[in-house]
Amino acid sequence: MIRAFNRTILRAVVSREVGADRVVPPQGFTARLTVFTSAAMAFLTVFALALSLAAARLAVDWGDGLARSATIRISSPADQRAAQTEATLEILRQTPGIGAARALSDEEQGALLEPWFGPDLPVDRLPVPRLIEISETGPDYDSDGLRLRLQAEVPGAVLDDHARWRQPLVAAADRLRLLGWLAIGLIAAATGAMVTLAASAALAANAPIIATLRLVGATDGYVASAFVRRYTTRTLVGAALGTVLGMVAIALMPGGGEAGGLLTGLRFEGWHWLAPLLVPPLASVVAFLATSFAATRVLEAQS
Amino acid sequence: MINLTDVAYSYGGQALLEGVTLDLAPGSFHFLTGPSGAGKTTLMKLCYGALLPSSGSLTVFGTEIADMDRDAVAMARRRIGVVHQDCQFLDHLPVSENVALPLAVSGQASPEEEENLLELMSWVGLTGRADARPPELSGGERQRAALARALILSPDVILADEPTGNVDWDMSQRLLRLLIELNRMGKTVLIATHDLMLIRAAKAQVQARVLRISNRTVQAAGADL
Repeated sequence: MIRAFNRTILRAVVSREVGADRVVPPQGFTARLTVFTSAAMAFLTVFALALSLAAARLAVDWGDGLARSATIRISSPADQRAAQTEATLEILRQTPGIGAARALSDEEQGALLEPWFGPDLPVDRLPVPRLIEISETGPDYDSDGLRLRLQAEVPGAVLDDHARWRQPLVAAADRLRLLGWLAIGLIAAATGAMVTLAASAALAANAPIIATLRLVGATDGYVASAFVRRYTTRTLVGAALGTVLGMVAIALMPGGGEAGGLLTGLRFEGWHWLAPLLVPPLASVVAFLATSFAATRVLEAQS
Repeated sequence: MINLTDVAYSYGGQALLEGVTLDLAPGSFHFLTGPSGAGKTTLMKLCYGALLPSSGSLTVFGTEIADMDRDAVAMARRRIGVVHQDCQFLDHLPVSENVALPLAVSGQASPEEEENLLELMSWVGLTGRADARPPELSGGERQRAALARALILSPDVILADEPTGNVDWDMSQRLLRLLIELNRMGKTVLIATHDLMLIRAAKAQVQARVLRISNRTVQAAGADL
């Protein structure tokens, strides 16, 4: 019955000549409340959308970036280290799917350890394992096969394909993306609840107007459509305002360049800039359904 | 048009009307009188479906009101012009839009109807007040605007509840002449009033049936009326 009534309201909203909703008095705090709340909700939705899309982008970047690289640690006595390093590099040259492999220099290893041990660390005099960096692994790269071959031919070489810490990072980014979508859903629900309350209050406050409209032969569909049009329009205006402000705020977020993480990556890229433009029409749909629901209940109660 | 047979209406367990039988035949003219609180407005509201009888039969344009859904009642109201004592306007809209409201709600607004609206406004003497807001009107102007709104869809029945309650004698005579003229055009008219002078003035001009609400039921009034 409610679905049929919604169809009636939708027809009335679409077909009614412009200005028919003037039967609803324009004043009232609920009008300003609806515009303000829908603007605030749209602003938050744009941020949640940016967060979700940025998290998705990070998950892909981290997953892809780490999946295309690996590290081999040569932990052998100092007098065998150079030979084992050279043997490992030779094996890597023969291994399919490996784009590039190189041993880090003492200076590079010193730089890696500098945050913990400070500068001027004598890496060459310490039993620090030699690190070999593998990058641009292709689809035919077989990490398990490489690990077995290294165990057999270079006992001091240990392959680390980063899977141990890559998976939790990607999972965290995926979870963050889901939370972003959940936030958008909650914002939509809160917007619907707010519009329902505002429309219910307006319908109750305008009971004399409704009585007059009924007196002259207005159907419930006509009365409801007047309120639905008014609240849907207000929500559309507020949501458009909030979306524009949200997009401007996102555009003004400082970029992080190479060192950027989630916070500095909170922005839209490419076609993602079009995604926030869906917020105002979707907010209008939420407002339409919420006001229709409120009108159905209030008109039933007032009959 | 509208028929009530042994109708009763109760509110909050208290009987307000009992055993009411009334036939508003096409082209008839009725006065409904009685003291304040006797149930005149209640009976009017029953006639246009704002209230439902507790028992008895009430048919509007041949259909039992209990069998009508809210949309059907709304459609029936488009054939019944109602004039309330307090007029019930939308105060934020100008008088012309208030008078044209039945056209808007029934989807009949058109340039032709706009001409009819201007004609009607002129007929009730409100041409110069079309852009005024209802609170700016005098009591008589409000009653005439309410009458114009009740007539805009050319209804079959006109129900007027104390239409001269807030106006002076001259204005009440003018409103009465308008209603009599409408009755001569074939409209069914029911006027609820406690103004006996008005009733006597009307009976000199039109064949009117006078009913009195007494002891919660409707009876024919005495010969003095």
